[in-house]
Amino acid sequence: MSSTGAGYDVSPTTFSPDGRLFQVEYAGKAVENSGTAIGLKCKDGVILAVENLMLSKLLVSNSNRRTYNVGSHISIAVAGLVSDGRQVVNRAREEAENYKDNYGSDMPPTILADRLAQFVHYFTLNYSLRPFGASVLIAGHDAFTDSIELNVIEPSGVAYKFFGAALGKGRQGAKTEIEKLKLTETTCDDAVKEMAKILHKLHDESKDKPFELEMAWVTAANGYKAQRVPRDIV
Amino acid sequence: MPRKWTGLNLASTSLFFVTLSACLLQVVFTSNMFGVTVKNSGMTGTGTTAGPTKRTHSPMVTGTSVLGVKYNGGVMLAADTLASYGSLARFKDVTRLNAVGDYTILGAGGEFSDFQAIQEILEKMDQEDKNADDGFSHSPAELFNYLRAIFYSKRNKFNPLWNEVLVGGFKDGKAFLGHLDMIGTAFSDEVMATGFGSYLALPIMRKRWHANMTEGEARALLEDCMRVLFYRWGPREGGREGGRKGEGGRLEGAKQPRTQKVELYF
Repeated sequence: MSSTGAGYDVSPTTFSPDGRLFQVEYAGKAVENSGTAIGLKCKDGVILAVENLMLSKLLVSNSNRRTYNVGSHISIAVAGLVSDGRQVVNRAREEAENYKDNYGSDMPPTILADRLAQFVHYFTLNYSLRPFGASVLIAGHDAFTDSIELNVIEPSGVAYKFFGAALGKGRQGAKTEIEKLKLTETTCDDAVKEMAKILHKLHDESKDKPFELEMAWVTAANGYKAQRVPRDIV
Repeated sequence: MPRKWTGLNLASTSLFFVTLSACLLQVVFTSNMFGVTVKNSGMTGTGTTAGPTKRTHSPMVTGTSVLGVKYNGGVMLAADTLASYGSLARFKDVTRLNAVGDYTILGAGGEFSDFQAIQEILEKMDQEDKNADDGFSHSPAELFNYLRAIFYSKRNKFNPLWNEVLVGGFKDGKAFLGHLDMIGTAFSDEVMATGFGSYLALPIMRKRWHANMTEGEARALLEDCMRVLFYRWGPREGGREGGRKGEGGRLEGAKQPRTQKVELYF
């Protein structure tokens, strides 16, 4: 066994000698290999865009989505193992429903992100569990502060709040592109086009599988209701 | 036996009035409500044994008439905005009509809190539809049948939802109007009414209704019926407040659910 940590990667319950949790890092690798997913917080809303790689030409278009509605005002995009991500989404829906049951108002996205982060983190603590091979982008509207938010949860159980975020294969390129945008001045209608451009630019026709562009947004124009961006716009 | 919400029975209701001013006594009363105090249960010693399970024996805050009519291309419901506390006109501006999903409206007489619970149940179902995000929204008939199942199962547990509900809607070119009561009886008709309306308004509605009714005719019919209802019981319900009870019979504003011609008046 070398001191770099061979043998320390079979369980998230054991640290390597230099303080790393390999299982969690490997889960992160699963996210890095997925189709790109980007999220932008604009002037009047938040948009999620996903490069949904089509594994086969026989797949029915739009049948395996990677964006999900969670309650009326939150949308979640998954990067990584979609089935793992769906587990997180299901939990998110539960949390949002419970919150509404208890308090009678829509769950603020930051609180949802914190709760989900706890949930995801729990899976990095047990010998009998494996971390989620998925990260999620959470776009939502907070009715209490009338603000919009973009949160990201990583397999480690950390939650970040972003202006713009990118996950998956093309994340590096996407981040550089996003940094060029003036997010606080851009409207969702314009940003949708930018995001489509970014995803198409980063997609390598020769190497990558064909993809479907999938977008969801939470915008002022729609009363901050979570919905997929209509097909005619995408 | 776990502690259970048991609702208020008549005896405890009067107790409530007696002890309203004395805070301490009220607390005692409250714990009694939850069945903590052992009384006449025939069991002693455990301290956790509650008395016999109590159910809702009477509604507290109630609404009465909801009127519904099918017309050519839609369904229209009307209701007043009053929620009474016994014979007292307690809340004068409540909404007893509600739109749920893309195609359905419902209105309820009876216990107002139970109606709110029903709305929550249906809204949850609708949220599931929206989460699925496949463009599907349950039809009025489906929601009606779902409610019917809930009502019937609750009544079989002797713990009914104390309501009389009209479910109306319009989907795929077809109008639907259903009536549901607290014991789970469910049926459909062209014109329907709940509460007082089933005595006073229904005969008028049956007389004036015809196939191919226009929206305007339907609206005129409902307004006439609401007027009759208002003249009949409006003043009585609001006796103590003099002539202002008119609010009990008010029709106002219109709200349009998202897609098809389903109208909600309140």
